[in-house]
Amino acid sequence: MTLDARIAPRATGATQRSTLAMIGEKALILSGFGINSEMETQEALIRAGMEADIVHINDLIAGRNRLPDYRLLVFPGGFSYGDDTGAGNAYANRVRNNLWDDLLEFLDGDNLVLGICNGFQILANLGLVPSFDRRYAREIALMPNRIGRLECRYVSIKPAADNLWTRGIERLYCPVAHGEGNLSCSPEILLRLKRQKQIAFTYCREDLSPAYGEYPWNPNGSVEDIAGITSADGKVLGLMPHPERAMEFVNLYDWPLRKEEMRRNGVSLPTESMNMLLFRNAVEYFR
Amino acid sequence: MERCVHRIEVHYTADPRLKTRTSRIRSLGFPIDGLHLIDVYTIAMQTRDFSGEELADIGTQLINPVVQKFLIDTPTRIPFDYAIEVGFLPGVTDNVGTTARQTIEDFFSLKFIEGEGVYTSQLFLVCGTLSSRELGKLASTLANPLVNRVHIRTRAEYGDKGMEAVVPVVHLHEMTSADIVDLDIDDTDLARMGKEGIYDSSTGLRRGPLALDLAQLHAIRDYFDAEMRWPTDIELESLAQTWSEHCKHTIFASAMDDDLPRGLYKTCIQDATNKIRAEKGDKDICVTVFTDNSGSIIFDDTWLVTHKVETHNSPSALDPFGGALTGIVGVNRDTIGFGLGAKPCINFYGYCVGDPDTDPALFRGRNKTNPILSPRQILEGVVRGVGVGGNCSGIPTPQGWCWFDERYGGKPLVFAGTVGVMPLEHAGRKLYEKAALPGDLIVVAGGRVGKDGIHGATFSSEALDPASPVTAVQIGDPITQKKLSDVIVKEARDQELYRSITDNGAGGISCSVAEMAKECNGCHVYLDKVPLKYHGMAPWEIWISESQERMTLAVPPEKLTALMNLMQSREVEATVIGKFTDSGKCVVEWHGNVVMDIALDFLHDGLPKKHLKTAYTKKTHPEPDSVCPDRLDLLLRSMLGRKNLCSKEFISIQYDHTVQGGHVLGPVQGAGRVQAAATLTKVVPGSKKGVGLSQGLFPSYAEIDPYRMAGAAIDTAIRGLIAIGVPLDTIAILDNFCWCSSDEPERLGQLKRAAQGCYDYAVAFGTPFISGKDSMYNDFSGFDADDNPVKISVPPTLLISSIGIHADVTKAVSMDAKIEGDLVYVIGDTTEELGGSEYFALLGGTGNTVPGLDAVMVKARYGRLTEAISHELVASAFPVSHGGLGTALAKVAIAGQRGMDITIPAAMRPDLYLFSESLGRFVVTVAPDHKREFERYCGTDARILGRVGGRNLRITSEKLLVDTPVAELENAYKAPFRGY
Repeated sequence: MTLDARIAPRATGATQRSTLAMIGEKALILSGFGINSEMETQEALIRAGMEADIVHINDLIAGRNRLPDYRLLVFPGGFSYGDDTGAGNAYANRVRNNLWDDLLEFLDGDNLVLGICNGFQILANLGLVPSFDRRYAREIALMPNRIGRLECRYVSIKPAADNLWTRGIERLYCPVAHGEGNLSCSPEILLRLKRQKQIAFTYCREDLSPAYGEYPWNPNGSVEDIAGITSADGKVLGLMPHPERAMEFVNLYDWPLRKEEMRRNGVSLPTESMNMLLFRNAVEYFR
Repeated sequence: MERCVHRIEVHYTADPRLKTRTSRIRSLGFPIDGLHLIDVYTIAMQTRDFSGEELADIGTQLINPVVQKFLIDTPTRIPFDYAIEVGFLPGVTDNVGTTARQTIEDFFSLKFIEGEGVYTSQLFLVCGTLSSRELGKLASTLANPLVNRVHIRTRAEYGDKGMEAVVPVVHLHEMTSADIVDLDIDDTDLARMGKEGIYDSSTGLRRGPLALDLAQLHAIRDYFDAEMRWPTDIELESLAQTWSEHCKHTIFASAMDDDLPRGLYKTCIQDATNKIRAEKGDKDICVTVFTDNSGSIIFDDTWLVTHKVETHNSPSALDPFGGALTGIVGVNRDTIGFGLGAKPCINFYGYCVGDPDTDPALFRGRNKTNPILSPRQILEGVVRGVGVGGNCSGIPTPQGWCWFDERYGGKPLVFAGTVGVMPLEHAGRKLYEKAALPGDLIVVAGGRVGKDGIHGATFSSEALDPASPVTAVQIGDPITQKKLSDVIVKEARDQELYRSITDNGAGGISCSVAEMAKECNGCHVYLDKVPLKYHGMAPWEIWISESQERMTLAVPPEKLTALMNLMQSREVEATVIGKFTDSGKCVVEWHGNVVMDIALDFLHDGLPKKHLKTAYTKKTHPEPDSVCPDRLDLLLRSMLGRKNLCSKEFISIQYDHTVQGGHVLGPVQGAGRVQAAATLTKVVPGSKKGVGLSQGLFPSYAEIDPYRMAGAAIDTAIRGLIAIGVPLDTIAILDNFCWCSSDEPERLGQLKRAAQGCYDYAVAFGTPFISGKDSMYNDFSGFDADDNPVKISVPPTLLISSIGIHADVTKAVSMDAKIEGDLVYVIGDTTEELGGSEYFALLGGTGNTVPGLDAVMVKARYGRLTEAISHELVASAFPVSHGGLGTALAKVAIAGQRGMDITIPAAMRPDLYLFSESLGRFVVTVAPDHKREFERYCGTDARILGRVGGRNLRITSEKLLVDTPVAELENAYKAPFRGY
């Protein structure tokens, strides 16, 4: 058979639609200038039941796409502007200098915003988290990791608050891959974050006991093991680890061992990983 | 208006980086008490100045006020003893400066003009007492003189004025016309022109190597004799690029001895692939081989995957960071430039460097001038370069390796590879085919052209010597390339906005345009249209500059507006620089004057054929003299701690290996985190399939038996994939020859034998070569500290990289021992084959018996193991490679954090049995309930060695040989690179 004859009629990205019905609302995933996790983030949302458009930030600025058409805005992971002038800073400047009014309007509506890794760094620089009083001042910083360079490894995180993002989650187990994830803020801000239950996720050990700042469970030196925080109203989540990179059981670091254990205990293998719960929670909000 | 210069200094209120940076500097032997890091932005304006308030706005844009502060035009108040400022030399890519400029432009809605800019530097404020020698040495570890400028001040010199604001602007003497070059000179002068370059009357200097030999220069002279004129400099430079060893692979293309009239490439590589494809018939996996920028195989019915491995050795010797960075982003472009554009989805690296614990102190020049970098500086630089390239581009880098040998101390080898993924078709158009048509416009998209990288192609075809040009050094800009890659692969390709595409690598547009011109038989270029980084470049420089991040496209005129609009909206610069024709010629104009007009036939096929003669003398090496100790605990730990066998996890974890969400089997595996031989990555969401990558490299076998070295490399590359469950019939391989002194018949004799090994073993396994590359002059010529001439040649090095398709990744097998009580098997026979082994190296010898390979036998074995894995009968599998069975068992135990009780046969001396590097072997563990079924598949050559269990690795023969806690083995395995 020739190669021609072997080519299937239509080549498309084989995306697995959710078994649940897709909800009517749509997500906007920003891209451009070195954002790089937009495709897997789109895949995760579609699998969770929400259509998602990848939109270049310049198309949003030029009005080719409109923010009011969407209910969930995602700043995905990446290396926007190569982390130059501080991770997320230059992209945040681009947003603030060009999209600020649209963004404020979006935040005033019944909408959600999710920032993962570089997206969290952008949210922090925009002041969208912790956003105590909607003045959107920068209150936290994601500083260089304590070991002084980017590190990629799987970490465990657990919910530290009960909110729309963390519902039903016991543990997420997914990669970090960042050079600047070391959350730092003043003692007053930290106290407020804790009192107002805005710490969404913390780094922990596999048995869910706290990391207590210890490397490698806390991979970057983040204060109080913080891995993710929400805005005061809970509608904006910034998270350093990447649940969208480990959507499936076979994406988990320890899956080969777990598979052997499950087989011998007569447990059938899951397809999806626990990390999908985060995206399902976001989609569930609109259902 | 006068230039207005301002200096903004940014510092953390509590810098989290200081602890590790300080201890690192101390570990290098500098007794410093403290350190502060300050990021400096120097802003130079001409059309307007910024007010104090505006500068404060700019400062605010450049920091996070929660943890950072800035000072404007004010010296710091931080106490210190010495200030070392490291910035870039004029013309060197300054990515942070570019981002800062864009931020300022965006904030004030203005555009900087030429001559205006933002330049970054880093200020190290050091506390302590250092001698001036120490201070200078510290500065040289912080900076590379080829790309950096350094300013050092003591506290007293710093005074209350601070550091001077330096604006590194390029000033060129205008040399903006093409020169005519007289070739009517005697052979001595002609040869000198070939070696050192065209004489430039305005500067009195040679322009840098053409790397053309006398026969080639005579052919050029004959051509222009017939044309009744002399060539221009741009024509000569263009021919030098196109005919370079780097581009034309003259050594692989030339007739060799009496038995290889068609040359090594056609006879040993291409013929192997043709034969394998013919034999596989319907099951042929190849899509495009050898002809495009990458090779490609079928992934499934709708997708293909590409692979390409390049080397970037000479640039990495001079500037390891920049050289490795441009190496990886360069091979990314070989993916984007495959067919109509594949998406880069996996990066791959390999480093051959000198021992980082040594500092050979060698110099390129006499009188201790132009020192080479130490192996540690080179290692750290190349590791960082590939990391920054992959991380910033959003391409996972799971797969790679590192090999140490003092013979790489003069010139390192840096391998960089990229796998791409692409649909076979889109809207009825085959995406793996492309052709420019006459009338299509030539569009160059991406970065601008500067003097960087001039003579890269010809330079890497010559050995490194004192005259090596510094313009060969360049630093990549991965974000510019990321924007370019995204717009091409994710948008323009499927909007069908161009008909052909290729990347600009060696030789710049001179090679890319002339190469694409073959598709339609001609091109006409208006060189003055090419966008430049700065004025004053000569036409020949623009034509051959290797400035990074550029692709060349053939755009149908009716698609031009759509393409340009798209590029503009993504802030990717794109420029029409000419058109493709069918004139049979490559014509270049410069401001209305034709400066190049050469027949394409001559440009591509005019180089004179060579006939190479080889010689080969089988050498005998001393066998090491040793007795087997009673206990082997210490020996096993020493083996695990050898640099070539121990953990280099510090590299794996600073490379993002999870982006794109396809991680299945990563660079380190098991609870004990051991570096694996192969990785597995999903590249198509929703598909059960995955891409496996592995490699084989045995430079220590080269001087003993290059033919068997090739067999070992091919078998090891394949076996790594078999172990994770990739079937043999989906595997393709790539060859990278990095040779030395390739003008010597003995070296060519080794090359010939290695290439013949490639043919024989590839055909025996049925694994086609889909792409390859060679680098033939990896020699260093210089001087030691006493001015004695020194030549260091790399050992002949053959890298075989493998790529294969896993049918169902949920059945993939990792390397770690998993469950207490599992059975441990070794598959395959062990014989006394320790020539060139790590064990003999430990004993201080070489030996003569390099492992041999019965490919037919092991091929059947691999098929049986693949069956067993596909039936999910294997709990772990690991190929036995460098360091033999002993280190393989230890690694499987460490990875699983479980002990093993092993009994080995008594027939061989135990140390030789444990450390022989016989090929074709695996260590596997199997659940007891799978024993019978596993043995039904693999029983013929699988032997039970023992069981998984306990905390120790126990190895017994007639008596107890090893009984060591796994934790101690782990420590031996991980200790050598702690602190990196």
